[in-house]
Amino acid sequence: MSLLIKGGTVVTAEETYRADVYCAEGIIQAIGENLEAPGGAEVVDAGEALVIPGGIDPHTHMELPFMGTVTADDFMTGPSAALAGGTTMIIDFVIPSPEQSLLEAYDTWMSNAEKAPADYSFHVAITWWSDQVKEEMGVLTRERGVNSFKHFMAYKGAIMLDDEVLLNSFDRCQELGAMATVHAENGELIYHLQNKLMAMGITGPEGHVQSRPPAVEGEATQRVIAVAGAVNAPLYVVHCSCKEALSAIATARANGQAVYGEALAQHLVIDESTHYLEDFTQAAAHVMSPPFRSKEHRDAIWGGLQSGTLQTTASDHCAFCAPQKAIGKDDFRLMPNGCGGTEDRMSVLWDQGVKTGKLTPNDFVRVTSTATAKIFNIHPRKGEIRVGADADIAIWDPNASRTVSAKTHHSNMDFNLYEGMTLTGISRATISQGKQVWDGNELRVEKGVGRYIPRPTYSSVFDRVKTYAELNAPRKVERA
Amino acid sequence: MSLIIRGGTVTTAEESYSADVYCADGLIQAIGENLEVPAGAEVVDAGGALVMPGGIDPHTHMELPFMGGRTGDDFFTGPAAGISGGTTMIIDFVIPAADERPLDAFHVWRARSEKAPADYSFHVAITSWSDQVAEDMETLTRDHGINSFKHFMAYKNDIMLDGEHLMQSFRRCRDLGAVATVHCEDGNMIWLLQQELLAAGITGPEGHPQSRPPEVEGEATNRAIRIAQLLNTPVYIVHVTCREALQEITRARSEGQRVYGECLAQHLVVDDSVYYDPDPIVARAHVMSPPFRSKDHLRELWRGLQSGNLQTTATDHCAFCNADKTKGKDDFTMIPNGASGVEDRMSILWDQGVETGKLTPNEFVRITSTNAAQIFNIYPRKGAIRIGADADIVVWDPKANRTISAKTQKQNNDFNIYEGMNVTGVARSTISQGNLLWHDGDLRAEPGAGRFIKRPTFGPAFAASERARAQRPWRRVARVEAAE
Repeated sequence: MSLLIKGGTVVTAEETYRADVYCAEGIIQAIGENLEAPGGAEVVDAGEALVIPGGIDPHTHMELPFMGTVTADDFMTGPSAALAGGTTMIIDFVIPSPEQSLLEAYDTWMSNAEKAPADYSFHVAITWWSDQVKEEMGVLTRERGVNSFKHFMAYKGAIMLDDEVLLNSFDRCQELGAMATVHAENGELIYHLQNKLMAMGITGPEGHVQSRPPAVEGEATQRVIAVAGAVNAPLYVVHCSCKEALSAIATARANGQAVYGEALAQHLVIDESTHYLEDFTQAAAHVMSPPFRSKEHRDAIWGGLQSGTLQTTASDHCAFCAPQKAIGKDDFRLMPNGCGGTEDRMSVLWDQGVKTGKLTPNDFVRVTSTATAKIFNIHPRKGEIRVGADADIAIWDPNASRTVSAKTHHSNMDFNLYEGMTLTGISRATISQGKQVWDGNELRVEKGVGRYIPRPTYSSVFDRVKTYAELNAPRKVERA
Repeated sequence: MSLIIRGGTVTTAEESYSADVYCADGLIQAIGENLEVPAGAEVVDAGGALVMPGGIDPHTHMELPFMGGRTGDDFFTGPAAGISGGTTMIIDFVIPAADERPLDAFHVWRARSEKAPADYSFHVAITSWSDQVAEDMETLTRDHGINSFKHFMAYKNDIMLDGEHLMQSFRRCRDLGAVATVHCEDGNMIWLLQQELLAAGITGPEGHPQSRPPEVEGEATNRAIRIAQLLNTPVYIVHVTCREALQEITRARSEGQRVYGECLAQHLVVDDSVYYDPDPIVARAHVMSPPFRSKDHLRELWRGLQSGNLQTTATDHCAFCNADKTKGKDDFTMIPNGASGVEDRMSILWDQGVETGKLTPNEFVRITSTNAAQIFNIYPRKGAIRIGADADIVVWDPKANRTISAKTQKQNNDFNIYEGMNVTGVARSTISQGNLLWHDGDLRAEPGAGRFIKRPTFGPAFAASERARAQRPWRRVARVEAAE
């Protein structure tokens, strides 16, 4: 099984050059001008298109259970839709119930993911704390290839963690060389506002956005950065959506702290007015957390990606359909949070980022794959076009366009946030493990060929964090 | 002529891994574990060491003429000292006199630089404005491989550019696909403060920092950035030294503007107390612009490098010796501005940056070579360890240390601002164009071996800037006047 990509321009986070790319056995074997196709090799004509590392979506929830149902996209359909959009790897979340063994939950998600058509990995959420959790974090890092743990500061009464647990878990993360990741919204504040809004008779989806104003996110972001700083743990803040959160991250980074930030494609383009739409189905379809924001916040998030204060982009793909959303018909607090988006992330970033001059094509690659691969320590196996890297590649047509619609997308979602938008920049072909699985029209995915990608601990940022900790070890004064 | 570096850890801006590196014909030809040694290849042992891209110092002044004299280091001795410290390329400055054509000055500097032992390139300063200058800028970019132009906002009545000319030149840079680089200090403010200080009887070198406080730099940095924003020109601020300047850069970057910032190794470790030293020789030796700052500014600069708001490190190497500096003994405004450092930059950054946990080894590479190569558009020929790249490599011993002293330095200067510092992290071997030029204390630099490196215009930032500009076209409203 071998494949030659001819006539394209290789674009990585670092550079741009003309070259053919030859893949065999799932690996990039050669890069160079005018490569000869070995006998039997499939030839893919890149015809002036860009040859880029396949996208990595570091934030998805496939097959997420919710009140006896699951989200519409499972580990086959979700990643398939992603492939059609040029994304060749997802990092999903294992979310144990409070009191549940982390290992048991890990095994459940691993078994769900066996059908995946492309490579994937898992962050594991810490939803409670005990000696067993602490012990199992060690097992997951040592034996299961997990190098990141997710923490929720929102969802009071369910999976929200208090500061004590955050501290315990972050301390454990830095001890294990794992990245602490966090959903930063103040759950107490949200709870308070939700109840207030309900008491005022605001029961519809507009209550969602009003119960989660930017201050809620700004406060939690600032607090969690301080908590991580106190135990010297590198921190990754998922889905930053507002100015307040961004400025907390920028300040921490400017102070030398190891803090990373992720933006969701939808937070870059969708306006908060969607939460106030009169059509219930429409408004409900936009319910996700953090909610959509006004233009000043979107501008700040773009600035964050441009300046490097934010490093990655994701989708938080979580395909709750209308019947599930309807559970919250009379009470927005019950509405499941989540939208689709893994299929369109790359096109949205190209159309709204590169085409508008906000990002260079190299910046685009960095924010759609390379930075993620580095932060989660799978670079250069992933997020890179080079000899020896996994042959996960998108052949990106920078000039072709498509109109997004729920009618034509490949996700099982009944809604698309970007409905009707014509996006320039599409994946003309997507290659996963050296095989062409998308040709611009048709998916040729195969169930179960995706591999779980173990991620080693101690990414490069720990080099400096460790030295810093040693030099700033607690001091004892001996007194007579 | 071939060479193999064995047993080291290749460390780039991106990653670290064990591999041998084989170089021939001036290029890296192979990278891999346990490479076979081709017949006749020289073997360089890198056991326990890191194999990194040679440093690029994007800001030096070799052989700079001054009042009939010139700096201690010429284009041979300066770069040779750089090689002994692990730096394999410099980007120096062509500085035309105010009435000199940039093209003529370029040829003068090119003639001086022919003795260089390692690769080099030039930024060209724009010190006046005319149609001739605008035309020369095009010739320089088109025919001579220049892709960056330097602007001085300081040095009033000499090479300072006023606001209008700054705008003209920035616009020209944008249209030619060249990076505008700027020395940001407000020359008018400095001139005023200098007069006040001299009138108050402060004639010694302590007058120098007092005439150039952080406000002077903060104001000019903001102004340069705003002009660049207005004209949509990628801009590179040289030697950022203070919080005020860094804040402007950080703000502009967070608003999506393409602004880059450089800092000098010496501004990260030397503080402003040196100007108040009772020994006039010591105090004068530290006179450079911008001046050294208080410790809180030093800390801010480190954070700028850590957060990525500053991308490059340089030295502003300008080897004025005591005899030159003494010309300003009765008037600090007459002390030639400049200090050395090309030899020590890499060690200082390792010792004070990596050893203290401020930077990872990969970040060290990024700020000592890779970012400079990318911003000035010579990447991956320079600033990378990969097949096909120029074989400019340093074998870096992260554990070895040395004590810096003017007595033992290779730089041709009578002073070293790091005198007596014991630094960990030294260049064990330095390879330039595939040749071993420095090995365990033995410097084998040869005059004339260095090449002038042409730098193509229109780096990746330009296409994006152009698209961003197209988002905001001039607007015209067609109106019909009502008939009388």
